[in-house]
Amino acid sequence: MATDTVGRFERALSDLEVGFERVAAADASERIASILEAPAVGTELPYDGVSQPDGVTTEPTAAELAAAETGVTPASFGIAEYGTVAIESRPDGDEPVALYPDFHVAVVAASDVVPDLGAAFERLEGHLRGAKSLVFATGRSATADMGDLVHGVHGPGAVHVIVLEDR
Amino acid sequence: MAERANSHSDPHASRTQPRTRDRDREEAAARIRHLLETEGEAVHAQASVSNVRRAQVYEETDDLEELRTKARAIKEDAIERLPELIETVREAVEANGGTVYVAEDAADANEYVANVVEDAGGESAGGTTEATSDATDATGASGPTVVKSKSMTTEEIDLNDTLEREGADVYETDLGEWVLQVADDTPSHIVGPAMHLSRAEIADLFTERFDPDEPFETAEELTRFARDYLGERIREADIGITGANFVVAESGTLTLITNEGNARKCAVTPDTHVTVAGVEKLLPTVRDLEPFVDLIAKSATGQPISQYVTLLTPPVESPTLDFASDEPIAELEDEDEDGDDREFHLVLLDNGRTAMREDDQLRETLYCIRCGACSNSCANFQSVGGHGFGGETYSGGIATGWEAGVHGQDSAAEFNDLCTGCSRCVDACPVKIDIPWINTVVRDRINRDAEPEAYDALVDGLTPNAETGGLDPGKRFFGNIGTVAKLGSATAPVSNWLADAGPVRDLLERTLGIDRRRDLPTFQRECLVDWFEKRGGEAASRRRADRAASRGDAADVDREAVLYPDVYTNYVDTDRGKAAVRTLEALGIPVRVPDLPESGRAPLSQGMVATADERASALYGAVAEDLDAGRDLVVIEPSDLAAFQREYERFLPERSFERLREHSYEVCEYVYGLLENGGDPTALSTSAALAESDDRGDRGDPIAYHSHCQQRTLGLEAPTTALLERCGYELRTSTAECCGMAGSFGYKREYYELSVDVGERLATEFEDAETVVASGTSCGDQLEGLLERDVPHPIEMIAPER
Repeated sequence: MATDTVGRFERALSDLEVGFERVAAADASERIASILEAPAVGTELPYDGVSQPDGVTTEPTAAELAAAETGVTPASFGIAEYGTVAIESRPDGDEPVALYPDFHVAVVAASDVVPDLGAAFERLEGHLRGAKSLVFATGRSATADMGDLVHGVHGPGAVHVIVLEDR
Repeated sequence: MAERANSHSDPHASRTQPRTRDRDREEAAARIRHLLETEGEAVHAQASVSNVRRAQVYEETDDLEELRTKARAIKEDAIERLPELIETVREAVEANGGTVYVAEDAADANEYVANVVEDAGGESAGGTTEATSDATDATGASGPTVVKSKSMTTEEIDLNDTLEREGADVYETDLGEWVLQVADDTPSHIVGPAMHLSRAEIADLFTERFDPDEPFETAEELTRFARDYLGERIREADIGITGANFVVAESGTLTLITNEGNARKCAVTPDTHVTVAGVEKLLPTVRDLEPFVDLIAKSATGQPISQYVTLLTPPVESPTLDFASDEPIAELEDEDEDGDDREFHLVLLDNGRTAMREDDQLRETLYCIRCGACSNSCANFQSVGGHGFGGETYSGGIATGWEAGVHGQDSAAEFNDLCTGCSRCVDACPVKIDIPWINTVVRDRINRDAEPEAYDALVDGLTPNAETGGLDPGKRFFGNIGTVAKLGSATAPVSNWLADAGPVRDLLERTLGIDRRRDLPTFQRECLVDWFEKRGGEAASRRRADRAASRGDAADVDREAVLYPDVYTNYVDTDRGKAAVRTLEALGIPVRVPDLPESGRAPLSQGMVATADERASALYGAVAEDLDAGRDLVVIEPSDLAAFQREYERFLPERSFERLREHSYEVCEYVYGLLENGGDPTALSTSAALAESDDRGDRGDPIAYHSHCQQRTLGLEAPTTALLERCGYELRTSTAECCGMAGSFGYKREYYELSVDVGERLATEFEDAETVVASGTSCGDQLEGLLERDVPHPIEMIAPER
């Protein structure tokens, strides 16, 4: 995907106060390990040569999920226009792992960053017709219902996006 | 609930007694005064900010109009095909392994959901023990635990009451909804249901209720507490109940648009998920979602997109979470790869929606995506919130349609008059619903259902019209203001002295509900039409225009204008009419000022649709010859122009409407066009800075300008500002959406204080301004009252002296 799409993605994420970095697939595991807050849980990262670091518990129990500070999941795709990551509801639990811990680390392939919502819907159509579920997550969970804007309500209060520049 | 029950006294019960309208007005005024004092500030703080952000993000969105048009078309098509879409979604959801239930009404939906909850609760759902209905007490619970999110439709059917009666513990998990649950209060806004409560009030409430070690203070403390408390409830829940923003028929996909994340948790943590959604939420295809996903956060809060756009095609593949188990969550799923351990029920609620679909006037309401933009953009809503401007469940401008459709006309009648028809919501609505029109139509229906009263005869003689029966005499009086004004002018100054006399004001207040604190208009003995005739009529005007041309001042166009003598310009504020005539002539345009019929704006704002329809035909008939002769209809009063260019579409044949729309102009728009075509601004009375145009560095005379709500909706604020700047003035414009006067609204006793509250926000913006001008009569009257100085029409600033 054109680098300016990833650049636009980066700018949108920065506006949302979401962390961002590009890494080579070979370095991803190490980078994840260095930014996470323990304890961490995660789901399988389906990219060639990328795996969860040792500090991330994969196949967590519900109790481990509830206790985790960090959740690491892949994102099916990113939407540059809005700084959005699309997290698919896979059987191994991407949705709860991306949702319950206060810090969500999303890993997305550079080739999966699409420019805008229109392009996202092209990918989405296939997913949903196949009875899949996913969430477009943009920035941190927020509310203004307690009088002022507060981040980190039921969803994560901090988000970091890692783009695999060679995937 | 109790608070609201008081405000819902049966409107019919009292109307047969003499003088009860007077008492009704007094009660309505007291209710509004109370809301202004207790909730207005909190509501205004949030609603006005959302409105400003919405306007900004709309401005920044290049393809906004395309998105709105697309969204509108998709909704029209979906509602048209609704029966077919219900079958499509049934097939899709069942193929995925879920269940669809179409509930006819609230009772039907409640019974179905209660059964699902009882089954899902299993053994714990005994229900015969003294199950607590105290929603905030988790410890004594013996029934199933229900966690909810996105609950407005379940508010409509009072689902919580049913479930709690059956022994379930029900927790709202959207923070705003939870605050209401703890406070035992009702929603005041479609999107921010607890908007009427300030942070301090919520902190006090929670400190009292939950008795923390340290009293709650900040929003962060409150939010952290809510997260922990509700997080526990979600983890132990047996059933999650959510609403849906949209339901895709072809795939059975639910869309939940949220910022907090709890809807996601409620939907996927327990193994049973129930979605209660109105049938109108159905969209045909996945692709149809796109413009709505793009628009809804923009229109609701001014965010480019919401934090979470959840697209669930249940039963979902995510593993259920059993916090008592020490098995990996993913392992649970291996036993059952198709998500069969999950149960999903889609309850599609009719509750009057099929009848709305068949109702040509209410159908549009079903296009509503419940973003609250109409509430946020509404000046009256900003002052009183949804407890004043709302019915049993819904609030804001569109609530009139919803309440009339799902709870019945009486619920809409309680608040429908708070829509003044200012039309600022028309630009805000992401699906282009003509919300003022829905309010007008429902008002008309309410009028027709009311019973006549003894002193109707008093107004009958004064005010002929096409309405029958029990129309409120005040509404009839204001709806026929043209006749009143004509009579007032003919008998001036006696009519003015009379109108100012104490006993007369008392009578006017009791019978017609005209608040005695308002200054009444002063009728001119010589109306504009007579002045124009006396001055030599059309022939004299042509001579003046020709002289301007020979001086070289004229615009390079060959036009003639008919100046529309609206009721106020003709009988009350003749100065602005004279100024318009002089200005047009000075730029080479010959003018006529014939005696033309009323536009129908006044009866429209009282909900007298039949009368307005008659006026439209009469007006068009009276100007048709001028239009055929190529003359332009130039209009001073923006609300009359808005009638010609918006509402007349519903009254006139399409060709007539288009013809009138094409050839009618707002006066400053027209004058600006003349300057753009070579008219000489120095022929006008311009700012000193322009007169000494060799010194362009000099700043012009400062002017503060308030446009008019309906003028803004027509997109016609800009020409006036451009004109004033062209004439050398240093311009400042208002940000308030509306002046609060809105024709007759601010004269009415029950609304006087609300009108002043809205007006003061505008007046405060201009307090220190030396010169204030306004395009609308009402706006001018309101500002003159509050600022205690003259507020002329912009045309009076630029008109030549003679």
